[in-house]
Amino acid sequence: MIRIVFCWLLRALSPSLWATLTLTLCTLQAQAAYSDNVVKIGVLTDMSGPYSDLAGPGAIVAAQMAVEDFVARQKPDFKVELVTADHQNKGDIAANKAREWFDREQVDVVSELVTSSTALAVMKVAKEKNRLALITGAGSSRITNEDCNDVTAHWAYDTYATGSGTGKAVVQQGGKTWFFLTADYAFGQSLEKDTTAVILANGGKVLGAVRHPFPSTDLSSYLLKAQASGAQVIGLANAGSDTINAVKQASEFGITPKQTLAGLLMFITDINSLGLKATQGMYLTEAFYWDMNQDTRTWSQRFYARHQKMPTMVQAGLYSALTHYLEAVKATRSDDTQVVMTQMRKMPVNDFFSHNGKLREDGLMQHDMYLMQVKKPSESHYPWDDYFVRATIPGAQAFQPLALSRCPLIHK
Amino acid sequence: MSAFSKKRWLLVGMAGLLLAAPAVFYPVFLMKLLCFALFASAFNLMLGYTGLLSFGHAAFFGGAAYVTGYLLQSQGVGTLTGIACGVLFALVLGALVGLLAIRRQGIYFAMITLALAQMVYFLCLELPQTGGEDGLQGVPRGSLLGLNLSNDLTLYYVVLAFTGAGILLIWRTIHSPFGRILLAIRENEPRALSLGYDVARYKWLAFVLSAGLSGLAGALKTLVFKFATLTDAHWHQSGEVVLMTILGGIGTLTGPLLGAATLVTLEDQLADKVGSLVTVILGATFVICVLLFPRGIVGAASEFIERLLGKSSPPPLP
Repeated sequence: MIRIVFCWLLRALSPSLWATLTLTLCTLQAQAAYSDNVVKIGVLTDMSGPYSDLAGPGAIVAAQMAVEDFVARQKPDFKVELVTADHQNKGDIAANKAREWFDREQVDVVSELVTSSTALAVMKVAKEKNRLALITGAGSSRITNEDCNDVTAHWAYDTYATGSGTGKAVVQQGGKTWFFLTADYAFGQSLEKDTTAVILANGGKVLGAVRHPFPSTDLSSYLLKAQASGAQVIGLANAGSDTINAVKQASEFGITPKQTLAGLLMFITDINSLGLKATQGMYLTEAFYWDMNQDTRTWSQRFYARHQKMPTMVQAGLYSALTHYLEAVKATRSDDTQVVMTQMRKMPVNDFFSHNGKLREDGLMQHDMYLMQVKKPSESHYPWDDYFVRATIPGAQAFQPLALSRCPLIHK
Repeated sequence: MSAFSKKRWLLVGMAGLLLAAPAVFYPVFLMKLLCFALFASAFNLMLGYTGLLSFGHAAFFGGAAYVTGYLLQSQGVGTLTGIACGVLFALVLGALVGLLAIRRQGIYFAMITLALAQMVYFLCLELPQTGGEDGLQGVPRGSLLGLNLSNDLTLYYVVLAFTGAGILLIWRTIHSPFGRILLAIRENEPRALSLGYDVARYKWLAFVLSAGLSGLAGALKTLVFKFATLTDAHWHQSGEVVLMTILGGIGTLTGPLLGAATLVTLEDQLADKVGSLVTVILGATFVICVLLFPRGIVGAASEFIERLLGKSSPPPLP
């Protein structure tokens, strides 16, 4: 508005000599402007289902914080708006909502997207409409491999990093012999396969594996096999309620703490709801832990004040992804997808979530991951004091190397 | 004006509305609505007109969605062939499931269909072709009779034509002698049997027809959204279609259409307004509807109109 008045005033006041100059000035500004002068961010997440704890309402809080902090810090000359929706973990609702946002509400970027099937569906829509998808909740490594595209960034973690990362780090910590408890479908099998390869490469041994149906409520017979194997580490190649059931029953049968459990895909909210008594001694890999250093603590306590829960890596990752996106928009003075995406790849990601993170061509944001060990109840001194950080896994080792990526964009 | 021509005008009006709808509403949303309307109508053929509560219709819907998706994506067949194969799959599956299920009645019938549908769900999860829990993604829409279907508006009219044909088929079935016998079976099975009708065969035929049309709805859904996921084959989907049909009014032609429209609209529109309350609101809507108008939205509406016109009391519940 101010700009229009300014241009009009200049034009009205100026004699012919001025006219050319002002006209150039105004066109220049118009070229650099954002479409409709609003950057609109969509958060599409699970608000009521099984993943609402690790993403859901907390993710929306994180997104609000990202927008508020950016506006307060940078005082941008464009408006930033946030829209949110519950995809109910259904691909059709997610894709439909994203389409509608892109077509009707000029949404520039869709973010969060927990559960892989919704993420994969929405990133296809984003590609079709040439808008951005910033994925923090879903973990499938297909996102940056077979199904990769140039409008998607996979920010927080993938199952390769949480699986192989844990495998390698635990072997290096001395957990040489493994036994797998695997959910019997594509996800579980690939998790077992990837982790086994890493264990063998690092001098560990895999004594065996049992496959359980997905989903299972009673895992006792499988756990007894794992116990009889005598392996030091029981790898849980499953997710969600299966993992939670396995941890609970392992503790009831006294399998832990004699043998150690390794969660190949777990979140701090899982640990917190299971309690330290059942989970003590477990290994898992996360991208983020609130109590790591002063930066993470400061941000997490602000988050806690608004959400009454500490952030997961999905929620902290969403803040990081959206902040990085907004900075790129400001730096390029554009909300054009390819322009912003190029800028996002150019800038290193440096914030409380990641140090020298890098957005790769296959869409993966490569950053350090951390091997955590769950504390004993006696070692935990305040609420959410859940982990020891046992090792930092450098980004280049935590994630699948770019050379091995099955993403068609890489091997053009 | 005779009642017949009144009905005809109503039909013409509805067709006109549907043709003009994409100008006002979002085409992809409308297509989703049409797919579920067809699915609910196909289901209603079983529940409303034959009196059989199947709890496994997701198997036909999801199964066909996967078959169509797989053929279009990996085998590169034409769109029409893909849809036809999806429907064929649903028909064959329906024939097999029907053979087993119609031997029992009531809750046992529902349980057999549910159990068999769970097997289909398991296959959708486990088969290497289906992409596990991520589903089939990025299915191409292709083209039909020279029309490029990647345009949402073009696809809308194609989906509308298919759905219209499906619903017309259901209408013809209900108003044929075959449909009359189905009604007789619903009202009193032993009497139909004693009149010399081969009840089992009629039920089986109705089941196969219903399965095939559900498959058509599933195949169209894959085309619209370009993916097929486990949600389509999950038993929640079977439950949702029961809900749609009962909400709209069982045993009426327009009931399932209205029920599907209500539920899909609620699910879609509430997604960004109330967040986690969606499921609660859907549940409450269902309970209130069942308590206040057990004959569904259509049943309640026609009762209200008749009372307004001072006509006789409504017919008894089906």
